[in-house]
Amino acid sequence: MGITSKLGNLGIVTTTLEEAVNWGRTGAMWPLLFGLACCAIEMMSTQASHYDMSRFGMELNRASPRQSDLLIVAGRVTRKMAPVIRQLYDQMAAPKWVISMGDCASCSGVYNNYALVQGVDEIIPVDVYVAGCPPRPEQLIHGILTLHEKVRGERIAHWATN
Amino acid sequence: MTGIPQALDPAAAVRAALPEAVQDVIEFRGETTLVIARPHIVAACRFLRDTRGLVYNYLSDISAVDYLEPYGGWGDRPERFALAYHLLSMLYFRRLRLKVYVPEDDPVVDTVTPVWPGANWLEREIADMMGIRFAGHPDPRRLMMPEDWNGHPHRRDYPLGYETIMFSFNVDEIMKHKPFAKE
Amino acid sequence: MAIATAKNEQVARWEGNIEELRGLVSERAFTGETMLLNMGPHHPSTHGVLRVLLELDGEQIVSCLPDVGYLHTGIEKNMEHKTYEKCVTLTDRMDYLAPMSNNMAFCLAVEKLVDLDVPERAQIIRVIGLELTRINSHLVWLGTHALDLGAMSVFLYCFREREYILEMFEILSGQRMMTSYIRPGGVWRDIPPEFMPKLQQFLEYFPPRIDDYEKLLTNNPLWIDRTQGIGIIEPETALAWGVSGPSLRGSGINWDLRKAMPYSGYEQYDFDVPVGEHGDVYDRFLVRIREMRESVKILRQAAARLPAKGPFRSNNRKFVPPPRSELGQSMEAVIHHFKLWTEGFSAPDQEVFVAIESPRGEVSVYLHGTGGNRPRRVHYKTPSFMHIGALPVMTQGHLIADLVAIIGSIDIVLGDCDR
Ligand code: SF4
Repeated sequence: MGITSKLGNLGIVTTTLEEAVNWGRTGAMWPLLFGLACCAIEMMSTQASHYDMSRFGMELNRASPRQSDLLIVAGRVTRKMAPVIRQLYDQMAAPKWVISMGDCASCSGVYNNYALVQGVDEIIPVDVYVAGCPPRPEQLIHGILTLHEKVRGERIAHWATN
Repeated sequence: MTGIPQALDPAAAVRAALPEAVQDVIEFRGETTLVIARPHIVAACRFLRDTRGLVYNYLSDISAVDYLEPYGGWGDRPERFALAYHLLSMLYFRRLRLKVYVPEDDPVVDTVTPVWPGANWLEREIADMMGIRFAGHPDPRRLMMPEDWNGHPHRRDYPLGYETIMFSFNVDEIMKHKPFAKE
Repeated sequence: MAIATAKNEQVARWEGNIEELRGLVSERAFTGETMLLNMGPHHPSTHGVLRVLLELDGEQIVSCLPDVGYLHTGIEKNMEHKTYEKCVTLTDRMDYLAPMSNNMAFCLAVEKLVDLDVPERAQIIRVIGLELTRINSHLVWLGTHALDLGAMSVFLYCFREREYILEMFEILSGQRMMTSYIRPGGVWRDIPPEFMPKLQQFLEYFPPRIDDYEKLLTNNPLWIDRTQGIGIIEPETALAWGVSGPSLRGSGINWDLRKAMPYSGYEQYDFDVPVGEHGDVYDRFLVRIREMRESVKILRQAAARLPAKGPFRSNNRKFVPPPRSELGQSMEAVIHHFKLWTEGFSAPDQEVFVAIESPRGEVSVYLHGTGGNRPRRVHYKTPSFMHIGALPVMTQGHLIADLVAIIGSIDIVLGDCDR
């Protein structure tokens, strides 16, 4: 949390703008509803009753890239799909982050062949890689928390470029 | 209910009706394969579907196979490509495979979509992946690969498109050439 | 200026495309009387990355052209470069909601090609795995289908029960989704001791949950309004278009490969094949719900029949690796182990064809050996592929909102379709 000090019981909180904004960003980071392959099913389990991603401020998956902050690339990225993903990424409003979920998205996993982009980082910049085929929901949650940590550490200077 | 008519032997029946069509009959692990001459495939399919005692009413699958050997040639097979039509008779609970050899320099076969409309996508997939064209097909666009793709990936002479696997000794080398995306 | 050129380029590309569509969409599309609308590949209700090009007259669908391949992974080609046992792991990732069915189809094909026996006990274990897979897949289908039509809570309930099955899979194989549990000659390992109690618990726990889903949906007027009379497939059309599985049975054709052409000892189980009457979305829904109950029935029988001890895979050392315990004592076992894990086994240069009933329908494998240790060709015909191919006939004349219901009801998985 961005609270640095509490003065008696006056109810005044001082913090820096950076920390307040970053706290806000991590608290409601809505992902884009975008599944590609098997990993998407595991992403659905993460959102469903058992693991419940809303605990981390991800109440809803927005179906529109304009309304979302986080792109979880869940699954294998084919060469036919690559332009679509790039377009979705471009349509998202800044600040935006990308999690590459699963081996396929990170490095194309078990398929080293003609049809797949060998890692989604060839087409869009990735913030956090989550390994596994498919990653367990706990792993995905860990990836999201890692991203939160990263966001909390961002400086004002980065905002302009983000 | 008069009962189901006696089941016929598909090989003998097709031989009798279309004497030119059957080139060979192969039995392997209880599966019957009729090798059909290329011009007769549609007639054979229609005959097998509509004849009493055969009733192969369901098209399970059409697969294509490429017999190219690593050092050229196609072994003892007559042609480079073959199509395998898998028919199913829901009345007699049995399956049948029709095999058609397709030459490399003229990979065209008549479409069976008039017999089974479901063959539409199966044939499109083969046309895309193996490069065997189907004469009279209603929708000859590519199915799986992007429209501007070169080549037919499932042919045996099409490379797998392998990237060097990353180990700790070559990671720097690979990372240098990897086209990472910027913003 | 730059924007203008980019736009012109786009327009030019689009015009190139529209000529290609001549004969596929109606002539009215070219005069602008009907509208061409693109849906997907990023659309929440297409169950993955299906793209559909719709020709619309107002809200009504005049023609519908599905476009697949956004998930084409080249698995079949990759398999040609792997030994038979390694291929099994790739089959999981085709139909990722029913991994064991795909394993099973491939393993049956390999066993047929090399003429390998499977012990009785392994067959029962396989049936347990397959039926759990069926329930698992139907749960995801029910949850997402209901979600598409606006019933959010069913999704949460279904995934709660699904976690239970995934835990069981984890006990069985060490993985939640990509089990790779069924291998040529049997299964990967014996059932762990904690599995059977968990299964019994599940069989107690699950049937009342199906009643809950039915309470939520079956007589719900909203649900009935959105599903009854929608997306009707006539039986003849279904057969001609190669529709299979619950979608075929929803049209009133009693055809289930488990009954009709049994494999893995399915003839010894007592179960019914649910059949619908009208072939609409609602009937397909009912068929799948009842199928879950039948699966529970099969699971009960299988659990009762499973011997406590016995082989879980074939004893044929030429194809199946020896158990670890033998490696310390027998030179022969070490040699077999080494051969199988480095080179794999060889299969004749022949072809076989195997079809089984997956939760979605008939999944079939065409396997052609080379005489060496790798296949020459593996071809999967998958039910989703055929069903998406038949989508144009099912959707004709319906409203665009019904398209979502129809896509949900034929239970497609794009990984299964594109491979
Ligand atoms: S990493 Fe594994 S589970 Fe995820 S998309 Fe790839 S194959 Fe599927």
